[in-house]
Amino acid sequence: MIPEFPVRVSQALGNERVRRNIRRTMDGLVLKRHKAFPDEHELAVLRRRGKLIRGHALAHLPDLLEELERNCQRNGIQVHWAETAAEGNALVRDILRRHGADLVIKGKSMVSEEMGLNHYLEAQGIRAVETDLGEFILQLGDERPSHIIAPAIHKDRVEIAQRFAAHFPEYPYTEDIEGLTAIARRIMREHFGRAIAGLSGVNFAVAETGTLCLVENEGNGRLCTTAPQVHIAVCGIEKVIARLDQLPPLLTLLTRSATGQPITTYVNMISGPRREGELDGPREVHLVLLDNGRSRIHGDPQLSSTLRCIRCGACMNHCPVYSRLGGHAYGTVYPGPIGGVLEPQLQGLDRLGELADASSLCGACGEVCPVRIPLPALLRRLRAEGVRGRQGSRVVGQGSRRKPLHRLIWTLWRWVNAYPSLYRGLTGLGTRLRWLMPKHLGPWTRTRSAPALAPRSLHELARSEGFRGE
Amino acid sequence: MSDPRAAILSRLRARHPAARPLPENPVRRFDWSPQERLSRFREALAAVRGEVVLVDEDWPLRLFAWLRARGANNLRYAPATELGQELEQAWPDGEAIRLMPHREPVETCRQELFANTDAGLTGCLGAIAETGSLVLWPSVQEPRLLSLVPPLHAVVLDARNIRSTFHEFLVAEDWVGQGLPTNALLITGPSKSADIEQTLAYGVHGPKELLVLVRQDLGLAGGA
Repeated sequence: MIPEFPVRVSQALGNERVRRNIRRTMDGLVLKRHKAFPDEHELAVLRRRGKLIRGHALAHLPDLLEELERNCQRNGIQVHWAETAAEGNALVRDILRRHGADLVIKGKSMVSEEMGLNHYLEAQGIRAVETDLGEFILQLGDERPSHIIAPAIHKDRVEIAQRFAAHFPEYPYTEDIEGLTAIARRIMREHFGRAIAGLSGVNFAVAETGTLCLVENEGNGRLCTTAPQVHIAVCGIEKVIARLDQLPPLLTLLTRSATGQPITTYVNMISGPRREGELDGPREVHLVLLDNGRSRIHGDPQLSSTLRCIRCGACMNHCPVYSRLGGHAYGTVYPGPIGGVLEPQLQGLDRLGELADASSLCGACGEVCPVRIPLPALLRRLRAEGVRGRQGSRVVGQGSRRKPLHRLIWTLWRWVNAYPSLYRGLTGLGTRLRWLMPKHLGPWTRTRSAPALAPRSLHELARSEGFRGE
Repeated sequence: MSDPRAAILSRLRARHPAARPLPENPVRRFDWSPQERLSRFREALAAVRGEVVLVDEDWPLRLFAWLRARGANNLRYAPATELGQELEQAWPDGEAIRLMPHREPVETCRQELFANTDAGLTGCLGAIAETGSLVLWPSVQEPRLLSLVPPLHAVVLDARNIRSTFHEFLVAEDWVGQGLPTNALLITGPSKSADIEQTLAYGVHGPKELLVLVRQDLGLAGGA
């Protein structure tokens, strides 16, 4: 059982080592992004273009999905649709079973995390092996990613060295990063040379050409999609874009926002399985299009901007809350500001509405978002809907966060402010009895002194100065 | 049984956002001279530890020297390509680095490819000056794994085929009109990871080193 959010927050804040590791990475990534966009005007133009391209895709989403399906099928890619994570998992399992695969090698995919695919497959007797270095490190300890693009940033080299030593005693102990990487390479090579099936996510799916575009630095994504006999790509339905020539601006926004790189080592554009005469490539390519709540988000004119997200992670890198807590405190697949907006919509305000509170509303996330998602405005909207429903909104769990005590307080507040005599009487009483006010007011006074009431209220002072009902 | 496809599409169609025109997306390109394109390509690739050497007809010998300095014992290449022919003709006879023509499907040479191949040679469609990227279109003759599995990857690039940006490249070559290959690739440097403490380590799963042999038959000599 995962502890409550406030408990997880204090645990995270109490872990100095994790805080240090996260902070170091966040500061580094913020700096790298800053250097990658030296020209503010160019950045503004690019962000606007990114927003419009993604907005256009969402405005035409059903048509583009059908076009994508048509062109993928023409290219020989088999397309499947899943309404829920459970349906998606079952589709993947069936494909693997048909090929007799008891092992699948995986490139990094947040959608597969969202589906809980690894654990599901494990229960079905199929082993899923993460091949991205960060994900590989985490899988050894059955941990979840703490960041969407740098999953193992909460760990330092010493922890990783110890973990490798415990799992692979046949290799000499090393804390050297090149050395650790070399160990992972050798272990993974065995799998790459043998696995029947590979699985990946998708960064952009191009409707016009039926192309799946994946970006990565390590080469494991290419191996997972090229070396096995069957490649399964899992993809949220929002990842589609209309045209191939929209890739360049989105790619540069993605890689520069994420890690400050002008481009990743590999940009992998897959447009079909092995063709007649080709010597390698998978015999089958499957695309699993996952909804899992996205079509409901799509139905809301304001909240649908959430789906513009290209998963660069810049919002969390720049978030003062995330950079102190790290991703695990959120307890969800997507942490940080985008997590605070997306997860309550996917899973309901009743379950995860409090994530929208994990923000100081400083606005940094909205300022760096490469597709200009108005994250602070969406956080405020979800906070409000958590306590009070909204006409026409289809967010699950609206009003569920309203507590009886809050209701009582706001009812009293309304009365008091509706009757001047009651207001005068109560404020008068409050100032006279101010010595009764407690010194400790919950968490607020843990690091602050309690506010003191003045001997006379503003209204009293005004009246004594001669103001009357003005 | 419910049809997830129909259900998803009908939910998406329940909202009727106003149709939007395709956003303007002018081709991003720069009017760089051939020399400047080459020097920018070189600089950008060097920044991610890709090596670039300028060569002429003797390129197989340059490649040989590079491989020998790295202790490679063999080189896998695509025999049916023009490059493959040139390589065979100019390769130093009886020397320590064995040429391995890559002819078989991966199913029958998997072990050889993964365990016993030191280097791979491919050509490329061209390159991108802005980011230092190589554009590869693997083909029947030149399969995808040749640029991925061997620890050393060498690429022969014709300087005439360097364009300023990716955007310019795919529009100028009309990728949409001519249709994409099963696996188009941009490769920018050797494989790397920063997953441990955000510190770069090279050669994670793909090649550890990348060499680009640039042929500049087009009066570029002396430049760059």
